[in-house]
Amino acid sequence: MAVALILLLVAIGSVLFHIYSPWWWTPIATNWAYIDHTINITFWITGFVFVAVIAFMAYCVFRFHHKEGRRADYNPENKKLEWWLSVGTGIGVAAMLAPGLVVWHQFVTVPADATEVEVMGQQWQWSFRLPGKDGRLGTSDVRNIASENPMGLNRDDPHAQDDVVIENGDLHLQLGKPVKVLLRSVDVLHDFYVPEFRAKMDMVPGMVTYFWITPIRTGTFDVLCAELCGAAHYQMRAKVIVDEEREYHAWLEQQKTFAGLPPASTVVKATYQSGGK
Amino acid sequence: MVDIPYEGIAGTPPAEVPDVELYHPRSWWTRYVFSQDAKVIAIQYSLTASAIGLVALVLSWLMRLQLGFPGTFSFIDANQYLQFITMHGMIMVIYLLTALFLGGFGNYLIPLMVGARDMVFPYVNMLSYWVYLLAVLVLASTFFVPGGPTGAGWTLYPPQAILSGTPGQDWGIILMMSSLILFIIGFTMGGLNYVVTVLQARTRGMTLMRLPLTVWGIFTATVMALLAFPALFVASVMLLLDRLLGTSFFMPSLVEMGQLSKYGGGSPLLFQHLFWFFGHPEVYIVALPAFGIVSDLISTHARKNIFGYRMMVWAIVAIGALSFIVWAHHMYVSGMFPQFGYFFATTTLIIAIPTAIKVYNWVLTLWRGDIHLRVPMLFALGFIITFVNGGLTGLFLGNVVVDVPLSDTMFVVAHFHMVMGVAPIMVVLGAIYHWYPKVTGRMYNDALGKFHFWVTFLGAYLIFFPMHYLGLLGVPRRYFELGDTSFIPSSAHSLNAFISVVALTVGFSQMVFLFNLAWSLFKGEASGGNPWRATTLEWQTPETPPGHGNWGKELPVVYRWAYDYSVPGAAEDFIPQNQPPHATQLIQGAAS
Repeated sequence: MAVALILLLVAIGSVLFHIYSPWWWTPIATNWAYIDHTINITFWITGFVFVAVIAFMAYCVFRFHHKEGRRADYNPENKKLEWWLSVGTGIGVAAMLAPGLVVWHQFVTVPADATEVEVMGQQWQWSFRLPGKDGRLGTSDVRNIASENPMGLNRDDPHAQDDVVIENGDLHLQLGKPVKVLLRSVDVLHDFYVPEFRAKMDMVPGMVTYFWITPIRTGTFDVLCAELCGAAHYQMRAKVIVDEEREYHAWLEQQKTFAGLPPASTVVKATYQSGGK
Repeated sequence: MVDIPYEGIAGTPPAEVPDVELYHPRSWWTRYVFSQDAKVIAIQYSLTASAIGLVALVLSWLMRLQLGFPGTFSFIDANQYLQFITMHGMIMVIYLLTALFLGGFGNYLIPLMVGARDMVFPYVNMLSYWVYLLAVLVLASTFFVPGGPTGAGWTLYPPQAILSGTPGQDWGIILMMSSLILFIIGFTMGGLNYVVTVLQARTRGMTLMRLPLTVWGIFTATVMALLAFPALFVASVMLLLDRLLGTSFFMPSLVEMGQLSKYGGGSPLLFQHLFWFFGHPEVYIVALPAFGIVSDLISTHARKNIFGYRMMVWAIVAIGALSFIVWAHHMYVSGMFPQFGYFFATTTLIIAIPTAIKVYNWVLTLWRGDIHLRVPMLFALGFIITFVNGGLTGLFLGNVVVDVPLSDTMFVVAHFHMVMGVAPIMVVLGAIYHWYPKVTGRMYNDALGKFHFWVTFLGAYLIFFPMHYLGLLGVPRRYFELGDTSFIPSSAHSLNAFISVVALTVGFSQMVFLFNLAWSLFKGEASGGNPWRATTLEWQTPETPPGHGNWGKELPVVYRWAYDYSVPGAAEDFIPQNQPPHATQLIQGAAS
């Protein structure tokens, strides 16, 4: 029976594709392997249900397709069967939800020893800021933004003076150190997205959002914007480099602090490309 | 459920309805153009929705050309790409699927299936269509205004949607909002009609628990839409004010193109909450009519009662209710209060249970059936596969922490296309084949129909199943081109090219469908009034296509539920809902 066979092949083909697909998640670079595990649990449970439902359907089509003289059964309901199927589904759902919520709890609970870095998005570039020797980021406001103060730091805030400001450069992170990534935007929604980190979060003007990670391997990773932010959304790129402690500090030494920025440096004029008008 | 004699129910209309209750057309204009007959309005809705849907189809070709072969087509630039995806999404979700299921199928089927002569407010029903048409025209006009349509994405998130870095910021976004406001006004007029007609105009004997699931699906979806669309209405009005008058409902202090803007004090997240308070129910506004219709297609063509009818009804109602408390699962990475994640992940995954029950009951209806693999049934099977696939990937995205890496990637695009694009469209196509003989009195061409099914089903599956894996890899959505990105191998670009070729093929195969419908209208075999030997009332009309007023002189009286297929002892394998108990022919020798 051709139709039943094709339906079955769709299920089998999907499973084979899953197993042999060359397209799979990127090698993880942070502590969020828990997320990958939860995805794997979800793949197993949903994959089983998918194959079971399609195979049952294909069998029905094969076994009960119309023939001369066939007559269907008449059975309006079967309370017991419906009850068992509901309970079984509930258990499957709980098996996915429970680990998911546990990992979410970890995801939103930032460790006390996490250092802070700030990522600022604007159309269509990234800026980064690290706390200086005082270990604290200074306050900022979008109204302070000027050509010599591209991230809008508060000039009167002593904590801001030694902040390391990186414009049009790459962000470096230290291997094995938990870091809370504070996210800020000065114009529209953006999303700081590094696939290898698994974590991501929108950046919303008027708010500071965050996620936290612990980098577990060194390397250079592409930063993309994952929230549509206008015409050049796809070109909003940067790189994050995870370094060993020594290289990290060597890099940090070379960075300019806010107080040390030249008064009228190159600036915040967003590169407006092939715009909307 | 068999042979339950009709008992009088207070408040049901009399069997014979006096002539004066219906508006009768006096001229060609009032019969075919400004018609108050729900069936004509249904066809107007369907044709308009299909016409704008074809625009969305062409837009999808253009975006697939760009994604599959970046840099090849100089006539597509980054701005246009964003305009294509925005308009494609908005048209498909609202102006095609919502309008087609509720305005099209709802108008045609509700009065016929509940045994009414027409909708209860025919004049308002007519207005509903004309306001809808105006909304579509306003939407289409954005292609011709300076700056073109908005390219903010179909979610229209501010601040981006109304700022100058986004295409269509001049006219496009203003007209988009205006069009949505018009659509909601038009829909509300139609929606009130559908709800009141189901509640008030059912014929004698048509209790709620005897309604076909098609009516239950459309009815529940309409109630939901009446509750959900106001959130979009409010959001549209506020965004329009932000854009036109410089208010700041959704706009915080921000920099626009290097300059501090005049805005301040608003919240971009507020828009997202309003949008998704509408947007998530909207998914089920499209899905529930599909659930209902596919139940009836499966039952009719498997010659078997739908399994677990009562459970199916409660599942529809439960899904409808739950869908109002899951909206923020679209916002897990929006920056909202992180503790929301627990609640919305839990409610979202709970919805899987009534939804799974529906799937089980569809396939259990096939068990020991007498399955006729006609074109509508093939589409129903295609629906089950694509819906199960898309529903299961929803369990990834609904489970808050799993959504974090997958959100805003092609996984999301693949998921929602499978579950609320391909699956409902399978039902739309199956339903068109199923009711085509009733609407036109003629049968479609079977060979062309089967060809159309296989190309559409297998093609759509080949487009969207592999796309999940691009998302798993990390390929972001809404990208004009992927450029040089270290984690994206060249094989991913080849897959994109493959998907584009299949998408164009599936797109063109829809022309076969349109040809089939047009050709069969003139050359198709006469179908007779009830070619599928179905039980529901619309197949029992005295005329096919049904005439004005649907039922001739007397309204039908209903004696049984909608699923008396293959009743033991009965000679025929179906007993129409309006067949009196004593009229059922029994198999010789069998006891009644």
